[in-house]
Amino acid sequence: MKEQLQAIKASVEAALNDASTLEALEEIRIKYMGKKGELTAVLKGMGKLTPEERPIIGALANEIRQNLESEIDSKKTAIEAKLEEEKLKSEVIDVTMPGNHKGTGKLHPMTQVMNSLKEIFMGMGFSVAEGPEVEYDYYNFEALNIPKNHPARDTQDTFYIEDNIVLRTQTSPMQVRVMEKTKPPIRIIAPGRVYRSDTQDATHSPVFHQIEGLVVDKNITMADLKGTLERFVKELYGEETRVRFRPHHFPFTEPSAEMDYSCFNCGGKGCSVCKGEGWIEILGCGMVHPKVLENCGIDPEEYTGFAFGIGLERIAMGKFNINDLRLFFENDMRFLEQF
Amino acid sequence: MDLPMSWLGDYTDITGVTPKEYSDKMTMSGSKVEGVENLGAEIDKVVVGKVLECEDHPDSDHLHVCMVDVGEDEPIQIVCGAPNVAQGQKVPVALNGSTLPGGMKIKKGKLRGVMSNGMICSHDELGIEPSRLGYEPEYGILVLDEDAQIGSDVKDLFGLNENVVEFEITSNRPDCFSIIGLARETAATFKKPFNVPEPKVTEVGGDINDMLSVTIDDPDKCKRYCARAVKNVKIGPSPKWMRERLEACGVRAINNIVDITNYVLLEYGQPMHAFDIRDIAGAKIIVRRANDGEVIKTLDEEDRTLTNDDLVIADNERAIAIAGVMGGFNSEIKDDTTTVVFESAMFDAASVRLTAQRVGLRTEASSRYEKGLDYTNTVPAIERACQLVEELGCGENISGMIDVMGNVESPVSIKFRPEKINSFLGTDVSEKEMLEIFERLGIKADTDNMMLYPPSWRPDLLAEADIAEEVARFYGYDIIPTTLMTGATTCGIKTPEQKLESEISTILTSQGMYEIYTYNFQSPSVLDKLNVPADSPLRNQVKISNPLGEDTSVMRTTMAGSMLDTLSRNYNYRTKSAKLFELGRVYIPNEKGQLPDEPRTLMMGMYGGVDFYDIKGVCEEMFSELHIENVEYERLTDNPVYHPGRSAVIKVGDKTLGVIGEVHPAVLRNFEIGIKAYMGELDFMAIFNAANRDVKYTPLTKFPAVTRDFSIVVDAMTPVADIEKVMKKAGGKLLTKLELNDVYTGSQIPEGKKSVMYKAEFKAPDRSLTGEEADNLHAKIVKNLGNELGAELR
Repeated sequence: MKEQLQAIKASVEAALNDASTLEALEEIRIKYMGKKGELTAVLKGMGKLTPEERPIIGALANEIRQNLESEIDSKKTAIEAKLEEEKLKSEVIDVTMPGNHKGTGKLHPMTQVMNSLKEIFMGMGFSVAEGPEVEYDYYNFEALNIPKNHPARDTQDTFYIEDNIVLRTQTSPMQVRVMEKTKPPIRIIAPGRVYRSDTQDATHSPVFHQIEGLVVDKNITMADLKGTLERFVKELYGEETRVRFRPHHFPFTEPSAEMDYSCFNCGGKGCSVCKGEGWIEILGCGMVHPKVLENCGIDPEEYTGFAFGIGLERIAMGKFNINDLRLFFENDMRFLEQF
Repeated sequence: MDLPMSWLGDYTDITGVTPKEYSDKMTMSGSKVEGVENLGAEIDKVVVGKVLECEDHPDSDHLHVCMVDVGEDEPIQIVCGAPNVAQGQKVPVALNGSTLPGGMKIKKGKLRGVMSNGMICSHDELGIEPSRLGYEPEYGILVLDEDAQIGSDVKDLFGLNENVVEFEITSNRPDCFSIIGLARETAATFKKPFNVPEPKVTEVGGDINDMLSVTIDDPDKCKRYCARAVKNVKIGPSPKWMRERLEACGVRAINNIVDITNYVLLEYGQPMHAFDIRDIAGAKIIVRRANDGEVIKTLDEEDRTLTNDDLVIADNERAIAIAGVMGGFNSEIKDDTTTVVFESAMFDAASVRLTAQRVGLRTEASSRYEKGLDYTNTVPAIERACQLVEELGCGENISGMIDVMGNVESPVSIKFRPEKINSFLGTDVSEKEMLEIFERLGIKADTDNMMLYPPSWRPDLLAEADIAEEVARFYGYDIIPTTLMTGATTCGIKTPEQKLESEISTILTSQGMYEIYTYNFQSPSVLDKLNVPADSPLRNQVKISNPLGEDTSVMRTTMAGSMLDTLSRNYNYRTKSAKLFELGRVYIPNEKGQLPDEPRTLMMGMYGGVDFYDIKGVCEEMFSELHIENVEYERLTDNPVYHPGRSAVIKVGDKTLGVIGEVHPAVLRNFEIGIKAYMGELDFMAIFNAANRDVKYTPLTKFPAVTRDFSIVVDAMTPVADIEKVMKKAGGKLLTKLELNDVYTGSQIPEGKKSVMYKAEFKAPDRSLTGEEADNLHAKIVKNLGNELGAELR
């Protein structure tokens, strides 16, 4: 019987070696280990054995059966893997074909720029304030040290609604509105639309966007103004960017300055983007004029501050290499899709 | 303000400073340089030549063949077509390889077979105006002075080797609208000596007071009036040096007297005027307000109608000048003028500004007056004018000066606190250094009492901050350290409204919508295009009193027009589809004198492969993201912008969020959109108020759901919202989900009816629902649908 078992084992192993399909494998299983299989038949004949032989042969038979089963299983796994591999080979697709799209939209390039500026300033502790676009003359001019008949009004051609109501020409009235309501320390930015009666062309629009900034606290210095705005520009254009502050005049700041940054295109050597100057103007700024602080009920002996105003269109035009301001307001899909 | 660099040499010395260095340093000390123009930049290799021989061209009836000495070893041969060319003349010669204004290049070549090695030039070809020459040259080539040096650069002959610096002068610095003012800034910037010689006038006797009297009627508007008289005037061209300086500054030379007034205006920044004394009736100058409706013909021969707010210079009978703006045609300097009265006066800035605006004249004089001039400058300026008369030999100065004062502001004194200035700037500038800066700028310092006295020409220096700026400018803005703020930390935050704006933008872009930016003002006729009725409250608009044009004259009360314009533009650019949105504002007027309300509005619009349910789907996604529940859509039949059968008003409870719908075909036609378009206009604050920012977790149930299908037939006009309402009410809390699977009309369904199919999901949080329970719920729902809507099971 022992010999019989060994012979079965040998013939199964030989058959397994030859089997290359799952069907052949199944045949082998049925032939030897099915209900009427050869091994099954041998095991059925165990009853005829002596009690001494029975456990020895039984153990041997079981061992052979387990071995054969596991060999069939591993052979099966191997065949399956091979089959799958072949199948995958036949399932090749063209991965260079375009993907399926649900189609997302995009934010307007100005919003994208506005958001990146907001983030920089919020990271420096500036909150975001908002105010009306139709504004009292008082907030837009008078409280900012620009009385009626001040020549500075010439440079800001104003749309009037009534004698004392204008479309704001700048976001600076937000300085006054915030200072009237808030006690220092104040750190705000106020983004928004402003209006000037400029005829529309490639570089002018009667509607454009600014971000106003205001800091008021004890011991705020012009060095702080420089440091803060330099930080801003480096965040926006990279650490290697240099800035320069040029003296300028705004009625509501003193000292006042305009800030230029080293041309992003040529790095300051001079090129067509910066018109050979090496510098590009980005914002106007200055120390809040003591009179403006007083107008808002803040004691200029105790508090000082700085303010700045950034034109957003110019930054967006520089960033995206846009040469015509009108594109921002035309909303051509072919334009909007690019950002 | 244009500054010829050579003029600076009269008052300070910046020899060796290149125009680039000059521009950079001046810009950094506060006088922004816009550019430097070299006047002769376009002229190259044009020299003085002498015509040695001039013969007729053998093969032409008008050309000449000339041998010209241009200072080289050999004379050169030039063919010249000018009728006035002649032997012995000194002429400008453009050599081979030279360039002329307009980019013309001169190269040697043959003219009718004869070699020509250059060109003899006319004044036109050199770009030289007759006013620069001082005479009208004859037709043909420009004949130069006999003493011009052969071979020398012609640019030197006409003052064209000049760099003119163009400054952008800010409105607070009227003193820098003068050569002297800029020279002072230059000297301070480069730390060079600065000196303006005091003008000296030689008088020939007589007394101006015997010839003329001056009265100021309005001492607030006229702060000072100085007059001097010149007799035996010989009107003629002014000398070359003066013409060249005027021309370099962009001022046309006219005649010696007028040129003197313009020269002093440029040099001192003090507007001057010259009258012919014959035209001053009664020998009286009265500075008075104009009568309402008074008409004066100004020098430009235009009639100007004045008001009582305008100041005029008048004689006994009539106005002879608009004060500070322009002289009268009736008293101008003529060729036969023999006695001239110079005016050097100071008028109120605001008054001049308003008058210039009213009469629509902005002159060199008015643009200086309106910034506020220095009343102490009137005397040196008029003295300088008389000195120039003498220097030019164009008249004799009558003795005496009339000087009448009006009301002037008293001088300012400012406390000097060096430590305060340093703490303000964040610097450490020594008191000594500050005092040096003040000295260079003419600010007097009293260090015993620590007081500062700004000079009369600096009306901008009024307080300590102004002084700090002067220190900063000359200490160097770029040397001030850069520090980061200290003190209490603040938190950079957005308002809840701003957060919602960002959220909505994100939701909408993820729905395939593109953000747009449109103008907030528009034409009132946009409302007509929107078919808005005449009595609609939308017609009450904020109007701009001085609009650029009708098209941008009112602030919008709805954003529909802006959106339709944008859709139309894209449609007409043949863009197949567009899905757009804008978060903007509309403007709702309040009472006069009050600011309008500016409600924020969410405007959406789309066309191309979309229908009503696409824009509704966008809204639903948005409401779902914002956790706005129980949103109801009611049919809207009376909004003229929308299709009466395909628009809805969106409500949450009794609050209206906005409207959505298909755009009315008539409106589409008005906006030239040839395809169906869909829009939604929502009230941002209503969304804000409805949004639920307090979301709480509902425990997940492990008990399975049971589903049941409903297939019912109802009247075709019954909104599914009504069906769902009944189903939800009947299903109660156990009805956890309702899904509309199909709506069908057609064969097998009776006329006027529709079939609606729902899949409902029933679930209990605490147990497994039995099939029997679900069946009972199904039956109850069907029963209620039948009772309330006449629905039948299919």
